[in-house]
Amino acid sequence: MAARNNKTQYGWMAIALHWLMAPAILGLFALGWWMRQLSYYDPWYRQGPELHKGIGILLLGLLLFRLLWKFLNPSPAAESGTPRWQAVAARLTHGLLYLLLLAIMTSGYLISTADGRTIDVFGWFSVPATIQGLPNQEDVAGQVHEILAWSLMALVALHALAALKHHFIDRDATLRKMLGMGARRIAAHTDHPSQDTLTTTK
Amino acid sequence: MKKLAVFLFATLLGATTAQAAEYKIDTKGAHAFIQFRIKHLGYSWLYGRFDDFKGSFSYDESAPEKSSVNVNIDVTSLDSNHAERDKHLRGEDFLYTEKFPTATFESTGFEPQGDGKAKLTGELTLRGVTKPVTIDVTNIGGGEDPWGGYRQGFTGTTEFALKDFGIDYDLGPASQTVEMILDVEGIRI
Repeated sequence: MAARNNKTQYGWMAIALHWLMAPAILGLFALGWWMRQLSYYDPWYRQGPELHKGIGILLLGLLLFRLLWKFLNPSPAAESGTPRWQAVAARLTHGLLYLLLLAIMTSGYLISTADGRTIDVFGWFSVPATIQGLPNQEDVAGQVHEILAWSLMALVALHALAALKHHFIDRDATLRKMLGMGARRIAAHTDHPSQDTLTTTK
Repeated sequence: MKKLAVFLFATLLGATTAQAAEYKIDTKGAHAFIQFRIKHLGYSWLYGRFDDFKGSFSYDESAPEKSSVNVNIDVTSLDSNHAERDKHLRGEDFLYTEKFPTATFESTGFEPQGDGKAKLTGELTLRGVTKPVTIDVTNIGGGEDPWGGYRQGFTGTTEFALKDFGIDYDLGPASQTVEMILDVEGIRI
């Protein structure tokens, strides 16, 4: 498989980025939600936020690379038979997902650097503060961070449900493309062998 | 108009009775500090302060027992020199400033103990809870300032349990109470 996308398929780079970031994003949400409820004497009281910030910064790097990659590559077209409004909605959702991720990471960064402190990434490197000292910066950024994180999860659920709908109801290759499995119809129905035919346009 | 009437009345009386002078706490020039300290793990003291507040007091050197104080604190102005901690302290676990953005202190009594020391009693409202507190006050000094004004300054400390004001977050057995360290300088008005 090529690294780059073409008009019908994702290359392995886009697929790897998607599946590397998806669990990281879900994990960061869960960690962020969980770590805020820890008691002061919990061993994770300090480790949780350290991990959250470190992964968050690395994820921001991945996101920026992913956006660059997206910009430099063609996007595979929607499967034929997809209503136009759905194709538009999908593109809109993808754009919004990227936008929310950027905003969430920015707001998270603004919490921890509000007093000029740096963010340490696993002792590997540290990210300096830039914007600091806005009125109640850490509180406002914190609220934005939380609201947008929940919004992102709602949108992620929509995104995942839409993918599953394409896979199990429309039975098209939308999800398979992101799994690197090619534009082939599902080969599971032995009682309908006629559906197993290849529909690739190679 | 009402203020003017009160002023005129007070001026008329002023000739015969001892005057309890009114002072405005000098927050403009930042000669006033509302600080707190709490033990960290029982190993050290952690200091923080509230940057925005305003208040006034009346104090008469010849009749100090008539003194009174009023202070209004913007609790969101908390600063412990660490943004992440400040965010936590402003949150629901601690001061819950979103719901209770202000704290107030209104004195109810002032008992001079001699030597410039006194017990200042009053009602402290914090996190929506109003409780009586007693502040140990010392008059540091007072007199004319170099710019034509007249000032009077005090320091005071008090201590209360976090639980008394509805803060249940467990910081450990050595950190159940917080000390307030209050330093105010007032300019006579």
